[in-house]
Amino acid sequence: MELFVFVCASVMVLVGALGVIFRKHPVHAALSLVLTLFGIAVLFVSQSAEFLAAVQVIVYAGAIVILFLFVIMLLGVDRAEDLKIEPLTGQRWIAGVVGIGMVGLLTAAVVSGSDALRLRGAGIASPVAGENADANIQQLANSIFSDYVFAFEITSVLLVVAVVGTVLLARRRTGKGIA
Amino acid sequence: MVGLVVVPTPTWYLVLSAVLFSIGAVGVLVRRNPLVMFMCIELMLNAVNLTFVTVGRAMSDIDGQAIVFFVMVVAAAEVVVGLGIIVSIMRRRSGVNVDDLSELRG
Repeated sequence: MELFVFVCASVMVLVGALGVIFRKHPVHAALSLVLTLFGIAVLFVSQSAEFLAAVQVIVYAGAIVILFLFVIMLLGVDRAEDLKIEPLTGQRWIAGVVGIGMVGLLTAAVVSGSDALRLRGAGIASPVAGENADANIQQLANSIFSDYVFAFEITSVLLVVAVVGTVLLARRRTGKGIA
Repeated sequence: MVGLVVVPTPTWYLVLSAVLFSIGAVGVLVRRNPLVMFMCIELMLNAVNLTFVTVGRAMSDIDGQAIVFFVMVVAAAEVVVGLGIIVSIMRRRSGVNVDDLSELRG
């Protein structure tokens, strides 16, 4: 069963990722990105990271891609990019070789390092139907709000800074200076 | 399904995320539209998130998922700031090609 889920989600992820690269239209690329993000969410569920799967769908597919689409439509850049023109000659070939080499190197590293994956921690709670369905959320909350509570607070500062900075950046300049 | 049940090992997930990361990297190298390049950066971030979750499960440690949570928050902030910069650049210039943006001065 997990094999079936893995194969289906992998196909979703790879088709979406290739779509992001090869689609000429930025809107189509954004929609392919949604496919990839949903595939990743499925893989999260199958690895018993249910909370992260929900966050993935809400934050990435719900917020970030919508933000992309807003910017595409706001700027009016939704005309197709001509992929035939190669700005730097030979760049595509070199990029392809680099990509294939990167896949090879990373795969070799993963395969040779797979012995290092040993049981280390206290175990990941996986939800049992009817008994404790939100075990994953509870365990993750215990980790975030105890071990990483300082990083969590810093994260809130980061988000406020990002929002304020973006508002300042994207605001239209008025004649009266900073109003 | 009765005789031979193949269960995907963590290595499968890690190889998938390696492929996803490489696709994202090639996309950043190949595409010239800044928005699509941003999407490719998101692909790479997601590949890394998948790696964290997989290794976290293989090591039976919840810290992998906690770090993915923080990566998501930082990625959201990064997208917001990056899109703000792109909007403010594109307001002054008409083209959508990063090759034209060779200087920082507005």
